Amino acid sequence: MQWPEAMVYSGANMRPVSSWGRLGAEPHDVVELTDRAAVAGAVTGRTGIAHGLGRSYGDACLNPGGLLWRTAGLDRLISFDATTGRLVCEAGVVLRDISRLMIPRGWNLAVVPGTQWVTVGGAIANDVHGKNHHVVGTFGEHVRRLRLARTTGETIDCGPDERPELFKATIGGLGLTGLIIEVELQLRPTGGPWLDAETVPFSGLPDFFALSDESEAAWEHTVSWIDCTSGSVRGLFMRARPSDRSGRPWRDRMRRVPLTPPVSMVNGLSLKPFNALYYALGRRKSGVQVVHYERFLFPLDSVLEWNRLYGPNGFYQYQSVVPRAAALEATRDMLTAIARSGEGSFLAVLKTFAERPAAGLLSFPRGGVTLALDFRNSRTLPALFSRLDDIVRGAGGRLYPAKDARMPREFYQATYPDLGAFTARRDPGMSSGMSRRLMGF
Amino acid sequence: MKIVVIGATSGIAEHCCRIWAVEGADFVLMARDTAKLERIAADLEVRGARSVSLAVAAFHDPAAIKAFADATIAAGPVDILLIAHGWMPLEQHTLDIATAAQVLEVNAVSPVLFAEAFAGPFAAAGRGTIAIIGSVAGDVTRRANYLYGASKALLTRYAQGLDHRLVGSGVKVVLIKPGPTDTAMTTHMKAAGQRLASAEDVARTTVDAIRLGKVEVYAPRLWRYIMLIVRHMPRPILNRLPI
Repeated sequence: MQWPEAMVYSGANMRPVSSWGRLGAEPHDVVELTDRAAVAGAVTGRTGIAHGLGRSYGDACLNPGGLLWRTAGLDRLISFDATTGRLVCEAGVVLRDISRLMIPRGWNLAVVPGTQWVTVGGAIANDVHGKNHHVVGTFGEHVRRLRLARTTGETIDCGPDERPELFKATIGGLGLTGLIIEVELQLRPTGGPWLDAETVPFSGLPDFFALSDESEAAWEHTVSWIDCTSGSVRGLFMRARPSDRSGRPWRDRMRRVPLTPPVSMVNGLSLKPFNALYYALGRRKSGVQVVHYERFLFPLDSVLEWNRLYGPNGFYQYQSVVPRAAALEATRDMLTAIARSGEGSFLAVLKTFAERPAAGLLSFPRGGVTLALDFRNSRTLPALFSRLDDIVRGAGGRLYPAKDARMPREFYQATYPDLGAFTARRDPGMSSGMSRRLMGF
Repeated sequence: MKIVVIGATSGIAEHCCRIWAVEGADFVLMARDTAKLERIAADLEVRGARSVSLAVAAFHDPAAIKAFADATIAAGPVDILLIAHGWMPLEQHTLDIATAAQVLEVNAVSPVLFAEAFAGPFAAAGRGTIAIIGSVAGDVTRRANYLYGASKALLTRYAQGLDHRLVGSGVKVVLIKPGPTDTAMTTHMKAAGQRLASAEDVARTTVDAIRLGKVEVYAPRLWRYIMLIVRHMPRPILNRLPI
C-alpha cells in the first residue's frame, strides 16, 4: 500500500512570536526546518530570517509579519572525532546538549554564554562570549567551518581558510549572510564538570578593576554582579577555574515561572530588597567552593521562563562595552544616571573583555569593560537610554545587538565601522526587524 | 541492550533513541524516509550508540513484518521493541473513504502486526519489552482526529489484551499515551497557539516507563487526570466543548 505523503507545512502558518524580552508578539509566518537536506529549497527565492530558540532579547531573531525559519528542529549531530575534538553538527543543536554529551568524554565547548538554551547557529550569528572571554575569546573563534544556504539558491561552505571574507561576515552577522545549516566546531579539552569557585565582595569600581586584573591570569571564568540600587557601587566578584575535586552529586532541578504576572515583579518595591538580599547571601559564600559548571555559568537556567517575571510588557537589556581607559568614568556615570532615573536593574553584570582581534566583522566584544543591565519596560526608559547612549558613545563604546531592541540606527552605524564590508557579503533575501531598523535592509 | 524502533523518525522515538544512545545501545531502526533515517543513525552514533542498523521499510505486509521480526531476533536477543509510527491528517471528518482506510492501517493495524510478530518470540525467550506509543486521543477523541483517535483506542485495548496474554511470560507491555507533543505531526497545533509538551520530555517519560515496566503511562503525567475528567463528562457537555 502506498503511504500518503505527510502534510507539507509552509506558508499560512502565521503565529505570534516573541523574543526573550517579550516586548511584543507579532505574527510571523513560521516554517519549521527539520531536515538539513531541505533547507536550501526552503530558503531559495524567499525573504526572512532564521530563528533558533529566540533567546536574543530584541528583534535580531524576529521578522514581524514575515517569514521565520525555525531551526530548532535541525538538531542532529553529524560526526565527532574524539582524538581532535572536532564536532560537526546541525545549526539547531542546543549548547546544553553538546556540553552534557561531551564533558564525560573529556571535551566541551570553549565558549558558552550566560544561558545554555541557545542554538549553535544563534551562538555564531551573535558571536556570543562567556565568562572566560579573557582566555578563549568568542564563540566564532572556535568555528572551523560552516555551511550556509543562501536565498539565491547557493549552498556555500566557508571557514577561516575558505572564503574567509564570507566567514568573517557570518560570525556575528545576525543571520544576514544566509541560513547556517551545519557547523564544524573545535571543542576544548576538559577535566570534568566541576569548578573551584570563589565569591569576593567588593565596593567601588577601582576595587572591581583590581580584582579583575588580579584574577584573570589564574581564573578561567570571571564575572561580577553589582547592586545598582544602593547608591554606592558594591558587588560580588565571582571567579572560577576547573577543579580537581568533585562536588556533591548534582541534580538538575528546574523550576518554571508558571505564568506571566499582570504587573512586573521587578519594580521599585522589589529591587532594593532583592539586591540587598543577593548581596548578603553572596557575602556568606566567601572562600573557595566546588560547584558544578552549570550552577556557576548558568544560574538563571534553573528558572525556566524567568523573563515572564517582568510582566506583560516585557523588558529591555542594555549591554554596552567601553574601552578600558574610559571604563571607570563611564561605568560610574551610567550607574549614576540609572539611580537618578528611579529605574533599576535586577541583574547588573560587569565583566572585562580581553583585547583580541574580533572573529567577525560585526562582533560585539572588544577590549574593555562590558556592563549588562535589564529594565522592565516603562515610559521613563527612552530618556534613560538616550542618556546612557551618550555616555557609551562619549567613551568610545558600543552596544550588543543580541540584547538590543531600540538603539538608534545612527548610533549603530557609527560604532560598527565594518558594516560597509559586511553589507557587500550579505544575503539579499535575509532580513530581520533588526536589520531593517539598524542597517536599512 | 538491543532496541528495535519502528517509525524511528518520529519525534518521540528519535528522542527516546538519543537517551538510549548515551547508554551505548545497539539499534535496529525502521522508517519510510531513508535519508532522514541515515541522518538519525549518524546522530545516534555520535551520541554513543554501539551500533545502528537500518531495516528496510515494510509497514503493511504481514509476511514481511513477520520475516523482519524473525530475522531480527535470529541475529541476537532483543530487549525493547518500540512501536512509534503514526499519521494524523487534519480535518478527518472531511477525508474520503480510501484515506480513512489508510489512517486505520497506519495507526492501528500496522502497529498491532509488529507487536504480534515480536510477542511470540519474546514469550519463547522469556524476556523483552513491547512498548507502544498510543495517545490521549485513544481515550476520548473529537471530530478533527477521530479516525486517528479510534486507531489509538484500538492500540489501548490491544495493549491491555497483550499484557493479559503475556502475564507470567517475562515479557513486559508498556503503553505510552502522550498528549499533544511538539513534533512534525503537530505543527498545525503550534500554529494555532497550542501549548505542546516537548518531545524530549515525553521521551524521558517513555524511557522511564519502559525501564520500570509500567503498563500504561500518560506523558506529561498530568494528562492522566485531564483524561479522567474528560472521559466522565456527560455527552451533552462534551459535544459542546470547543475542542
